[in-house]
Order: sequence, then C-alpha cells, then structure tokens
Amino acid sequence: MAKLDLQQKLAILSDAAKYDASCASSGTSKRQSRDGSGLGSTEGSGICHAYAPDGRCISLLKILMTNFCIYDCAYCVNRVSSNVTRARFSPEEVIQLTLEFYRRNYIEGLFLSSGIIKSPDDTMADMVRIARELRQVHNFRGYIHLKTIPDAAPHLIEEAGRHADRLSINVELPTDASVKSYAPEKDPGTIRKAMADVRLTKEASKDRSHTGKRPPRFAPAGQSTQMIVGADGANDATILGQSTRLYSSYKLKRVYYSAFSPIPDSSAKLPLIRPPLEREHRLYQADWLLRFYGFGLDEITGATEGGNLDLQIDPKLAWALQNRHHFPLDVNAAPREMLLRVPGFGVKTVNRILTTRRHRTLRYEDLTRMGASLKKARAFITAAGWTPGALTDSVDLRARFAPPPEQLSLF
Amino acid sequence: MPTVVVPEIGTAAAWRDAARGLLGAGVPPADVLWQFGAGDADLFADAPATPPAPGQVSVPKSFVSLAENLCWHSDPQRFARLYAFLWRLKDRPSLMTDRGDADLAKLRVMEKAVSRDKHKMKAFLRFREVPKLGDRRRFAAWFEPTHHIAEPMAGFFARRFGDMDWLIVTPHRSVAFTDGRIALLPGGAKPDLPDDAHEALWTTYFRSIFNPARLKVQAMQSEMPKKYWKNLPEAAAIPEMIAGAEARARQMQAAAPSLPPLRAARISERLSGQDTPPPAGDLDALHRQAAACTRCPLHRDATQVVMGEGPRDAPLMIVGEQPGDHEDLAGRPFVGPAGQLFDRVAADVGLDRDRAFVTNAVKHFKFQPRGKRRIHQRPDAGEVQACKWWLEAERQLVRPKLILAMGATAAESLTGSGKGILSRRGTVEAAEDGTPVLLTLHPSYLLRVPDAAAKEAAMRDFRADLSIAARMLAEAA
Repeated sequence: MAKLDLQQKLAILSDAAKYDASCASSGTSKRQSRDGSGLGSTEGSGICHAYAPDGRCISLLKILMTNFCIYDCAYCVNRVSSNVTRARFSPEEVIQLTLEFYRRNYIEGLFLSSGIIKSPDDTMADMVRIARELRQVHNFRGYIHLKTIPDAAPHLIEEAGRHADRLSINVELPTDASVKSYAPEKDPGTIRKAMADVRLTKEASKDRSHTGKRPPRFAPAGQSTQMIVGADGANDATILGQSTRLYSSYKLKRVYYSAFSPIPDSSAKLPLIRPPLEREHRLYQADWLLRFYGFGLDEITGATEGGNLDLQIDPKLAWALQNRHHFPLDVNAAPREMLLRVPGFGVKTVNRILTTRRHRTLRYEDLTRMGASLKKARAFITAAGWTPGALTDSVDLRARFAPPPEQLSLF
Repeated sequence: MPTVVVPEIGTAAAWRDAARGLLGAGVPPADVLWQFGAGDADLFADAPATPPAPGQVSVPKSFVSLAENLCWHSDPQRFARLYAFLWRLKDRPSLMTDRGDADLAKLRVMEKAVSRDKHKMKAFLRFREVPKLGDRRRFAAWFEPTHHIAEPMAGFFARRFGDMDWLIVTPHRSVAFTDGRIALLPGGAKPDLPDDAHEALWTTYFRSIFNPARLKVQAMQSEMPKKYWKNLPEAAAIPEMIAGAEARARQMQAAAPSLPPLRAARISERLSGQDTPPPAGDLDALHRQAAACTRCPLHRDATQVVMGEGPRDAPLMIVGEQPGDHEDLAGRPFVGPAGQLFDRVAADVGLDRDRAFVTNAVKHFKFQPRGKRRIHQRPDAGEVQACKWWLEAERQLVRPKLILAMGATAAESLTGSGKGILSRRGTVEAAEDGTPVLLTLHPSYLLRVPDAAAKEAAMRDFRADLSIAARMLAEAA
C-alpha cells in the first residue's frame, strides 16, 4: 500500500467521522489568551465556522485518530469487516492540524474519536496524549471534545476529562437487544457504567476539600451521547424513553439522534434506506418538549400512533390537537406552564408575553412582534381583538397544518 | 439646530456621553441632529456643538447594552432613534420590558442585525499566514461586515489569537494586533494576501465531512448566506458537492454489500475468545454472573448490578432493599445518604461495618425518570422473587451467623413476608435455612419521616435494633 499523505489521511479520517452528529462547542468554562501566553478562547456560546450542504454546522475539526477498528458494528463504516481504505494519524499530525486550522479561524477546536486498535486502553491513551499535549505543550485554550472508549481504564477517562471540555460515549442504539445484535463486541452495561463514572467524577470535581481547595476541573461542558435512529426496529416511544432515562441517570447535556444513513461499503445486516431525516427532526422536537417545556413522556407518546411521532406535524401540535379541551388559552391570563404548551410559542416568546403583559393587554398584533408563529398559535389562543371561535374545535384543524395528501401515482 | 458629531472611533462611548449630556440639559430629540464622523454635514445643521457635559442619568442596564450594540449599526438614523427612545425611557424605565412597544421593537430588530453580523464575523473571517517580521507568526484577513463592527470585535480576536500578530482589514476600519497591542486603522480595499497551503487541507476537510445522503441546501444557506461565500476558501467547493450528492448517495445504496476482508474473521475470533467462563464458587465469580442477569426487566434501565460487599467469612449479613441513585452509579451498596446514616448509627452502637457483608434484596436500581432526577420505586413481588436467587447465593457463600433485614423488601425476601414491619421490628425470625433474621427499619425510611418527633422515635428504634444485633454477635462469638 502506498504511503498516504496528510491530505489523503484527512480525507479518509474525516469522512469516517461524519456520522457523529455532535459538533457543539458551547457551554464550557471561559478561557482566553489575551496576554499572549497561549492560543484560543471559549466565551460561552459556540461558533459554527462553516456549514456543509447537508445543513450541518462545522464547529470542530471532527476526525478519527484512526479508522482501523477491531470491532464489527454493522451500522458503522469503520467496522472490521468493511473494505474502506484505512489510515492512521500520528498524534503530531492531529495536533498540528488542530492548531493550524484554529489559527486561521476555521474551527473552535477538536472533536477526536477513534476506531479501536490493539486494546481500548492503548487507543484511549493515545487520544489522551493528544489532548494533554495540546493543553500543556501548546497552551491551546480552544474546545476539545473526546469520544471516550467505554472499556478504557478509569484513570485514562479521568485524565481525558481534565483536558477535554466534553466527553461523550455513544449508546449507539435505543435498546440493549439491538446493541447486542448489531454491535456484538459492545456491551450496553459497560457503556452505561462509563457514563455513570463520568457523572460521578464530574460531581466529585465540584466538591472542595476540607482546606477549601478545588480539585481540577473535569469536562466543564459535560457529557453527551448519540443514538442511531432507523437502523433497528425501535419506535419513537422506545427511543424517547431511553433518552429520558439517560438524561436523568447520567446528567447528559445532550442526546443526539442520528438518522441511519447509507454508508459506503455497507453490511448485509442493515437495510440501505434514505436516512429518515424528518423522523430525526421530530425526535429532537420531542426531546426539547421533554426538557424545556414541562411535557411528560406519556403525554408525548400519548399523541403518537403505534408509538411513532407524527411526521407531518410537530409533536406539540399533535398533543394540542388531541387535548383541545385545554384551549383556547387567554394569553393575558394563562400561567407560564400552559403558555409553553401553545403550538407556535417558544420559551422566549412566553417570557416576553409574561413581562409585557405587566404593561398592557396583549393584542394579536403584539404577539407577532414577540416571535410567536401565529399560523400555528391562532387556533389555540385568545387575545385582545382575537378569538378563534369555532376554529379550535373544528374537525379539519389538523388538515390546516399537515401538508396536503399526495396523489398516488397510478403507474 | 445643534449637531452632535459622533466620532468613527469610540462611537458607542461617545454617543453615551453625548446622550447623557443632552438628556441632563433637557434637550428634546427633535432639537438634535446626529452625525457619524466628520463627513458631509447636514444642510440644515449648525456648526457642530460641543454637547453639554455628561450629567448623572440612570437608565436600565438593558438599555445600556442595547445602545452599545446599536451604535455600530450602519443605519444613519440609529443615533436619533436611540436618543428618541431614551427620551421616552427617562420617565418610564419599565418601558425596556415592554415587548409590545413599536419603537423598542424596531431597536431590537436593529440590535439583532448587529449581533448577527458580529457573530458571522467571528465565524466566517478567515486568516491567511503572511511572512513574519519578528518572533511572532503573522496572519491577515479581509472581511466585509454589513455594519461598523470591526472596532467592537477587536477584543474578541485579541482574546482568541493572543500569541500571534494579526491584521483584519474591512472597508470601514482595520484592526492591527502587534505584540499584544490593538491599533485601529482606517479601512481599506481587499489586500492581496499570499496563498496559504492550509486552505487546500481545510477544503478537503469540508468536502469529506459532508454527508451526501443528507442534502439540505436550504439549511446551509440560511446559516451561511451566499454573500459570505466569496471570502470563504471552502465555499468554492459547494456547487460541485451539491451537484454530485444525489449520485453519490444512490451509488452507496446500489452497491452490493461486499465480502469482509480476510483479517476481519481472524480479529473477531480472537476477540470473542477472550471471554473465559468464570470459576464458580466465589463472590467475584458470582458478581460476574449477576452482571449478565436478565431474570427480571430491571437490568435494562439500571446502570449495573450492585452485589454485596464484605468479608467472605462475615458473621453478620446486612440486607437492604435495593441500590439507590448513587449506588447504581458507583456499583457499590450503601454508599448513598441512607448508607451514610447507617454507618453513623452502626459506629455509635459498636457495630463494625467492615466486618459485615452488606447487600440488598434486589440488585438493580428501580426508578422512574423525572426531569433531571431519578425517583426511587419500590420493587414488586416478582422482582424480589427473581432476585432472591442471588441473595440466596450470597448467603450460601458467606454463611452468616445473623442476618439484619432492613425494611419490608428485605423482610419479604428473607422471611417470605414484608407486612407489618413496624410491629415486627426488633424481633428475630428465621430465614428458610434457619439462620436468625433480625428485622428493623430501612435507614432511608428514617430520612423520609416528615414529623420531627416521629423521626426521633424511629431513630431510637433503629439504634436499639442495631444494638441488639451487636449484642447477638458478641454472644455468638
């Protein structure tokens, strides 16, 4: 095999990394290098430096250290039984790429992941070395996200957390049974245990000792995970049930849903379908309702058919259409928790309504200025100068939101 | 009519001072003309007046930050709009929170435009390396913002690129950062920057990270509008990436699954051969077996099985209900709040936890997720029954002289009934194999009793029961 140059390695190892959805660079501790002692800053909010034509933000240099892997996960392009071209970066190459890209303002930092070579500990140790050198030798203060290897030794995970802003471990599939059948070498129990360790270590890093000394920071931007949607038969209720458990158990910052997408050189085990992008979108919406809008899991799944979210309308609208007895709501009197349930109102809109209604009686036109989507909200609210009349209970209300049915082709 | 000239450098601070002075002097908005820089003067303007000295004016903080941002907007009317709003605000400070106010709404829209422009500058500015003059590496960039944001953005780039020299040129203003000092210079035309080899690498990355099976051109363009493309090195690749996407995705779907390479079977075989069956008959082996337990559904949601802990020859076995949140994460029994309470009381009555085997009737945590927390749920009879198998196995390995059953679930598993624990506590019953079982309350019950008097009574009972255990052990020894 001819020796690959840096350009070729970069092409192979970023292609191999693109199935990880996360590219967040926000929510970490504030750092800067104004005094010239280093390179980089983080100021709270993340920055997307580019967008690819798949609509995804590019914030981090997202690469694999190597795409050689001894595991055989059916959904993964890098599985041992795949025929993709293999490559491996040296730690120096990863460090140089990160720093040079950062200096040109292409990226916020590094998202490093890896196939598993030799053993989990060897692989993790190499990844930790890259993070350590970036921080200690090059004084890099940008963002680092490390994908941790579930079976790696606890001291490696702990060191990873000291250098990285975020750690993540992918649960991969929504149920233990599918992980076992599609990723035979991975153990869902080990993955959960690794997430538990990260949570405990992070919590311990907040306790001051009796002298008031604070232990070193551990993954200030928390941990996240990813689930592949549409590779196995799990329905949306199962997926959302799994994510509520993960959020409550391991204090995750995010659960990413990744629509299973065709990969080059696929396995015979998995269907090659168009990625269910709409389903992925609805799952994110439901995830938000669960975390920021006070919805319970049973309320969301109660508005589904066969446990799957309605693809044509968003989950909040689906819930509201089934629970019309709560509506219409008076925007000038309704409490916060109910306003959050109005389709077309976001958290910001609701906050604006609450502060503004101290000054005046809200009119329909005022709501437009506050960022509400009245096309959706109008059937569910009353305001000064607006009442939906019979609209709220009209039979064809759903049809006003859902796209018109497509004429089936005869041929 | 007095004209206030707001300078092009230090704009926001100058406007704030001027506005303070005018407001203090009671000059109504209609009587002021604002001018940005010393450019073409307004036809009707008087000679520029020195605004009155800043007086003491207090406005809500949110207005100060609004004005700070808005002063960099390119709309020539911005200063007048701001002052007119400030004029209204001085008598009604609460106006800032009125989202229905049309003037404020307009200002907020303008502020959003400036913030967005600033954010896009952080995101889409691209440096190229230029030959260095001293020790520090040097970089330069050309950027075309919509508003006058080069000056307020200088701090951001200085905080980020502190260890290198850089120059940012925009049509309105340029910023140079040399040896840690910021200099604001006149704007300029697009400079001729040398090629930078890293742009090719970056474009390679941009092409490769793109997933052709998920084409969403609209989503890309709404976040990265075309007006920025001409200064982004990677954007040149976009048209071709879009054009080829459909075909690439189809090709992937059409390609038949290939045969795995030869080495795959070898590696997989070596991996699966590593699982040696555990030797039976010791606690570690039992733990490994239990880790794979699927006798009831609880294993699916819990993190891990939590088995007992303690010496193999412990005279005392302590059995609780089930692991809690903390035990589930740590994989060890009785390390959470209830365990700590137990340790305190046990130490008081002279019961040595280190000499006891501590375990639970049910080995997996049963819970209900609620927001960011997990709410403990009591295991049902089926789950207790399923897990009894493991408790039994532990008991046979340890063969304790006495078992301390804490709470109804432990009592149910060990004696067959969990009913009436409050009246049975403090008494000794027998396990199936005859081992004496001393019944007591569960320490987490003590943590939950709401009434102070009842809590004290329960604590007293619990302490008394542990003393009985300590005495029985001393007698048996």
